[in-house]
Amino acid sequence: MLNSKFQLPLDKLFEKAKSENRALLLAYIPAGFPTVEQCKKIISAMIEGGVDAVEIGFPYSDPVMDGPIIQAAAVQALANKVNMEDLFDIAKHTSEIGGTALAMTYWNPIEKYGVDKFVTNAKSSGINAVITPDLTVEESNSWIEMSNQNQLGRVYVVAPSSSDKRLELVSANCRGFVYAASLMGVTGVRSELSQAAEKLVGGIKKYSTEPVCVGLGVSNAQQVAQIAKYADGVIVGSAFIKVIQESKDEAEQISKVRELALELSSGLKRS
Amino acid sequence: MSDLLSDLNPTGVGQSFLSDLKIDELTGHFGQFGGRFVPEALIAALDQLDEAYKFALKDPEFKKELSELHKNYTHRPSIITEAPRFAKHAGGVRIFLKREDLNHTGSHKINNVLGQALLAKRMGKKRLIAETGAGQHGVATATAAALFEMQCVVYMGEEDTKRQALNVARMKMLGAQVVPVKSGSRTLKDAINEALRDWVTNVENTHYLLGTVAGPHPFPMMVRDFHRIIGDEAKAQMLEMNHKLPDAILACVGGGSNAMGIFYPFIQDLSVKLIGCEAAGDGIETGKHAATITGGSPGVLHGMRTYVLQDENGQTMESHSISAGLDYPGVGPEHAYLYESKRAQYLAITDKDAMDAFLLLTRTEGILPAIETAHALAGAIKVGKELAQESSNPSDIHLLINLSGRGDKDVETASRYFGIEI
Repeated sequence: MLNSKFQLPLDKLFEKAKSENRALLLAYIPAGFPTVEQCKKIISAMIEGGVDAVEIGFPYSDPVMDGPIIQAAAVQALANKVNMEDLFDIAKHTSEIGGTALAMTYWNPIEKYGVDKFVTNAKSSGINAVITPDLTVEESNSWIEMSNQNQLGRVYVVAPSSSDKRLELVSANCRGFVYAASLMGVTGVRSELSQAAEKLVGGIKKYSTEPVCVGLGVSNAQQVAQIAKYADGVIVGSAFIKVIQESKDEAEQISKVRELALELSSGLKRS
Repeated sequence: MSDLLSDLNPTGVGQSFLSDLKIDELTGHFGQFGGRFVPEALIAALDQLDEAYKFALKDPEFKKELSELHKNYTHRPSIITEAPRFAKHAGGVRIFLKREDLNHTGSHKINNVLGQALLAKRMGKKRLIAETGAGQHGVATATAAALFEMQCVVYMGEEDTKRQALNVARMKMLGAQVVPVKSGSRTLKDAINEALRDWVTNVENTHYLLGTVAGPHPFPMMVRDFHRIIGDEAKAQMLEMNHKLPDAILACVGGGSNAMGIFYPFIQDLSVKLIGCEAAGDGIETGKHAATITGGSPGVLHGMRTYVLQDENGQTMESHSISAGLDYPGVGPEHAYLYESKRAQYLAITDKDAMDAFLLLTRTEGILPAIETAHALAGAIKVGKELAQESSNPSDIHLLINLSGRGDKDVETASRYFGIEI
């Protein structure tokens, strides 16, 4: 796949972080949660607090990789009738305020929207790369072709159960970074990190020069610091959603998200 | 040919229809349908399962073990019963019932469950998880877990635990843990999501015993293969009884396992019409239905590409049916393909027509069918009448219906429907 080695703005971010001897912080929020407008404000707070890139999720009715916290957020966003245009709108906002936008979506909404149209609009709204948690490389022919044509990054998720053969195949088809699931399971807040993540990152690095970001279960600065030692980026989702859900009003959502981002980003620097 | 059946059996297909079918046994693709749309975390388990299943298919020891269970535990072969009084209401054609309701646990579901439980044992997995709608698959899985001394967790939509309280009690008595699923529409679709989440988390010691011909490869092919015994037996029985193949086979389709099981051995017999009966609920036009092929469009759900009930944003829509077992907004990918290739046809049967047929079979033949199965019976009334009209001698027309399950579990729902006080 010769033409898959196009450059992304995201690459510069990873390079810069490397020169600063730190990992990147990636935060997740479903588009339109809690509302489209508030979602934008929260993203601004994330970036002010030190988040480097924001994964904007497209809420989906059947999110099999997500635990109860993100499921509940998706239900709320879906009740707001969020559509793909909202996702692109939020991505534009993210780029405009100086953030780096990523998207995360289960496959069916892309297919229904039209792969071609999705790729074009994602690119033009500033999305660097798209994470597709339920799309296998084997089912990706049109996706790979069209994302390459439009120089849109592709991120697949690998897991501790992935064989070396799978790691080689999957990471070869990633552009932007490789998403390493820290554990076997769904998204959520975990008090302890599994040992599997470091081994997995090592496994991916055998086959790929793409940056590797670790997600699933990460919720505090201590865990961030642990992962930052061996990975290029740390992904936090449920922990952000949880503080939003637990806030009493919109103002508190903003301040709590900023606080959490500040706390988490304090763990990024490798000592 | 009549309107109802005009799409069937296209001209120009060769003698060997199967060789024209675009089915890839290695990747589990049926034309554009099937495949694997799952988190990478599950690929290793799916590969392991695929390998165990392909090995087992050729292993005489496995076949022997399974066929002994069929014979001495399930009570196979299931018999065929002719239903002459019921048939009078279907234009006077002859109607034959393949009695899967007489299997141990009361439906066809046990065929697949025993096969997969044996595979789980071979893979060293001691924990079975399953989704269930009507509860028949959950009961069958709990039964196998008891038989093989395995741990069992059954996910069931909260809505369905109410509709099928009797089966919940049966599962608990068998030692299974029943988890009521409170997310989404709280029915079968959400039970599958929850089972997939459990599997992603516990895949090392757990086998997901999926109960229908759906999900990621190898499930659709494997579950079909474990159910083809229905069609294989029926073919031999019909030939022995009537010295000819049936003219049409009818089966209800939710995910579509009993239908694939009875259809599959007849796919090359182009004289045999294959007719799946989907749940039209309150009627397709009301939007409150579960007729995925009739009212849906191609998409991706639960690990497969297939027909899906979805909105303009690709969100899965909630399905509606009086029958918990058919209340599913997807369908097995092989059905999607049999439909697209015009080898099979799919009728949509309303709750009302199904319930009329339910009562009719009970009153005319003394056989109380599952409400799921009643959809196939209602389909047979329509098809029978139509075929009879074209024929000078309707009694030459033979319909084979897969009587996929018994209706004991539905007594409460049916009583409520018919206003019988209990």
